[in-house]
Amino acid sequence: MNNDKTALDRRSFLKASLISGGGLMLSVSWLSSFKAADKTETLNLPDQWAQLNGYILITADNKVKLICPNPEFGQNVMTSLPMIVAEELDVDWKNVTVEMGPHDEVKLGPQFTGGSNSMKMYWKPLREAGAAARQMLREAAAQTWNVPVGEVTTKAGILSHSNGKSAKYGDMASKAASVPVPKEFQLKAPKDFTIVRHSKKNVEAQKIVSGKPVFGLDYSVDGMLIAMIQHPPAFGMKLKSFDAAETLKMPGIKDVFTLKLYEDGFEQGGFDTRTFNELLVVVGKSTWEVMNARKKLIANWEAAGDLKNTIGGRNGKTEVTVPGTIESTRTQLQQMQEYAAKPAQLLRKDVDPEAAFTNAAQVIERTYNGPFLAHNCMEPMNFFAHVTDEKALLVGPLQAPGWIEPTLAKLLNLPADKIEIQMTRMGGGFGRRAYGHYLSEAALISRKVKAPVKLMYTREDDMTYGIYRPMYTATYRAALDANKNLIAFHVKGGGIPEHPIHANRFPAGAVDHYLAEGWQIPSNITIGAFRAPRSNFNAAAEQSFLDEVAEAAGKDPIEFRLELLKRAKEKPVGKNNEYDADRYAGVLELVRDKSNWNKAGNEKYNRGVAAYFCHNSYAAHVVDMVTRDGQPYVERVFSAIDCGIVINPDAATNMVQGAVVDGIGNSFYGALTHKDGVPQQSNFHNYRMIRIHEAPKSIDVHFVQNDLDPTGLGEPPFPPVFGAVANALYKMKGRRFYNQPFKEEVEKVI
Amino acid sequence: MAKITLNINKKEYPMEADPQMPLLWAIRDLAGLKGTKYGCGVAQCGACVVHLDGEAVRSCVTKVSRAAGKQVVTIEGLSETNSHPAQLAWQEIDVPQCGYCHSGQIMSAAVLLREKPDPTDQDIDDAMAGNICRCGTYLRIRKAIHLAADMQKKTTTKG
Ligand code: FES
Ligand code: FES
Repeated sequence: MNNDKTALDRRSFLKASLISGGGLMLSVSWLSSFKAADKTETLNLPDQWAQLNGYILITADNKVKLICPNPEFGQNVMTSLPMIVAEELDVDWKNVTVEMGPHDEVKLGPQFTGGSNSMKMYWKPLREAGAAARQMLREAAAQTWNVPVGEVTTKAGILSHSNGKSAKYGDMASKAASVPVPKEFQLKAPKDFTIVRHSKKNVEAQKIVSGKPVFGLDYSVDGMLIAMIQHPPAFGMKLKSFDAAETLKMPGIKDVFTLKLYEDGFEQGGFDTRTFNELLVVVGKSTWEVMNARKKLIANWEAAGDLKNTIGGRNGKTEVTVPGTIESTRTQLQQMQEYAAKPAQLLRKDVDPEAAFTNAAQVIERTYNGPFLAHNCMEPMNFFAHVTDEKALLVGPLQAPGWIEPTLAKLLNLPADKIEIQMTRMGGGFGRRAYGHYLSEAALISRKVKAPVKLMYTREDDMTYGIYRPMYTATYRAALDANKNLIAFHVKGGGIPEHPIHANRFPAGAVDHYLAEGWQIPSNITIGAFRAPRSNFNAAAEQSFLDEVAEAAGKDPIEFRLELLKRAKEKPVGKNNEYDADRYAGVLELVRDKSNWNKAGNEKYNRGVAAYFCHNSYAAHVVDMVTRDGQPYVERVFSAIDCGIVINPDAATNMVQGAVVDGIGNSFYGALTHKDGVPQQSNFHNYRMIRIHEAPKSIDVHFVQNDLDPTGLGEPPFPPVFGAVANALYKMKGRRFYNQPFKEEVEKVI
Repeated sequence: MAKITLNINKKEYPMEADPQMPLLWAIRDLAGLKGTKYGCGVAQCGACVVHLDGEAVRSCVTKVSRAAGKQVVTIEGLSETNSHPAQLAWQEIDVPQCGYCHSGQIMSAAVLLREKPDPTDQDIDDAMAGNICRCGTYLRIRKAIHLAADMQKKTTTKG
């Protein structure tokens, strides 16, 4: 056992209290155990970290209720986070029930789901919450039995002493609540885990399979109205005028009006990204009536012109001008080519790349492109709001309540403690629901109509009014010497409106001469987190480029990468290399072994490999592609993952399998294009989603076994799928594919 | 507006509805049963699948008038104690991620399991191709349908 000394000083407190009916409620605040998450990732963290608390409720009849702090969007935190508490508390998982916590960051910590951060953020605090409570229960038993506390042991919710005394946690819970909070307690050694590392089934599965109303769209109260927003048809447009006469005549319609989301000069938070500022709103009694009546609106639109945004932040306010340009995919591509030819921002330079390229025996240069991607969460954006002069209640699917609350407080002119946000289960998130503009919209609409309102986006609204993965491009160059050694590496990447480059990632550190540059083109098309947006583009581009370089060097693609990683470990170049070369190599070796790479028996497959590190975990895939009905089909996948200790192995496997399917789907089909500012895809008939018959027959997932603190899985397995698919396609078609989505290019060459 | 009585899960729901209203919204908004999901509204995703006289239909494009006088079964009424083999197998295999697509998936699977009690992977892919799962749980859906088929056989032999 590890002795864990938590600095329970004045900043941190541990409070236990009796709850009605007897029992122990332990509320722990663990500022000290917080590690700030990886700041290099796309999801910026709020300026101020809240304190973290874990909630444990034990009733006199020995039931244990654990509160899940983070919103659930399918990553299974409602099961896996409480498993950590239950492990250290040492209870029988069968007696545990789980509840989603309220939004209370003082008690429950940062409460955001995103950036693969839940495990990383909560591992230590939740272990401590469990261990401290266990210690208090032991104290209570020791006092009752008049024995030294060191002699009281626990097992699955039972306290016992060698003299034969034993009691259930429930029997001691009340007393434990009055025991002073321990300053020191023991954490289990990983080898003693009985819950963590043992697959537990999704605690909400029964509700899901029986159709219980667990999602935001299912939430409803008496007298609730339905609201929809008619947004401009094109990016760069705004409302000029409207005529709602016909709409208002339709049955069930209460009101049609316009609202401004943010007044001029409103200081936006980092996640207050929104697509359109002026809302043309239809409110009525039921979904169908509002949907139908909205079609009768006569709205005229005009060019919006440049938009001035005021963004608040750590270093004060900044004014950002968003250009009013009406964009088309064709003009976007042209503009990207122009920018790519210009000098860019230097992101990292090691030694003398220019000279190395000049003196190289061979230079390989390739350019990769990726389109905007829409999240297409299965449950479209929606939120319930009931706002009065005194308070606001908001209920629905959301990844980060703490990021939107300050905005709501400002918009509604209410103190934060009068704003209650309840997080329902989300029908998918993928980063989209970190942007809470739809709560602001719902709140303003409710205030205006003075009633409880459900704001609902139709699928079309959701797809054409999105916060997309940016459109990216990158040009990679590699210099080989006369012995075909990789001596220099150069990446210059750009995007609309941000560049994708992570300058300190592999192969930085593994090549003598290295250069990374980035550029960006401002745009009115809204973008944001998308299952590691930059990484999923990079992993496609860089990992298929490295494949090509390996081939030019006459090396096996896995061996080539392993040699580079060896170099990065033994004689790293430069500073700030973000990855651990051993762990990176570890997933490559594991996937090589598990897939029988280069071994007989796989001749029927076109095999592609890729590995990537992002959001603190490592992932590698081997994709086995065949031709089926004349089309490329990924029949088999082998995955190797290093995310430290795997809390809930079967659920983690599910996540990885899902990421693989998502990666195949998005690399083959995903694209959101524009014509005169108008998104050209609006629903699943023209935004192709991967379907069951296109999913592999098997996805064999393997985890590296180690005792390192756990990191997340939401993002990491996703990016390298793109690269592995690209590399398998090359094997199949004998030519490289540089532009996503691959399906379009594949069809062109067939 | 017309007076329509829907029979959903063997219960009568008298309602005032536009006969053109999709059955989906009658079920969700008027009958208040939220298990049937909206995903696309245009017969593309299968989130809204219900049974109409035993046949799987996409309720988002089925007019409520067509359902009058027929038996509508939604996920809430698929079994009395949530014990349909598909519901049990889905939990056993731990299929759901976000879970949003799965009432539609299960309703489609239930018809497949009735029509083809011993489906092959190909049968499953054919029958389930209309149900999108954005989270990518397709491999587990296949596995769960096979398990449900086994469970179903055992119950039938016993009965
Ligand atoms: S909602 Fe009916 S098929 Fe998508
Ligand atoms: S589990 Fe999320 S859409 Fe299927």
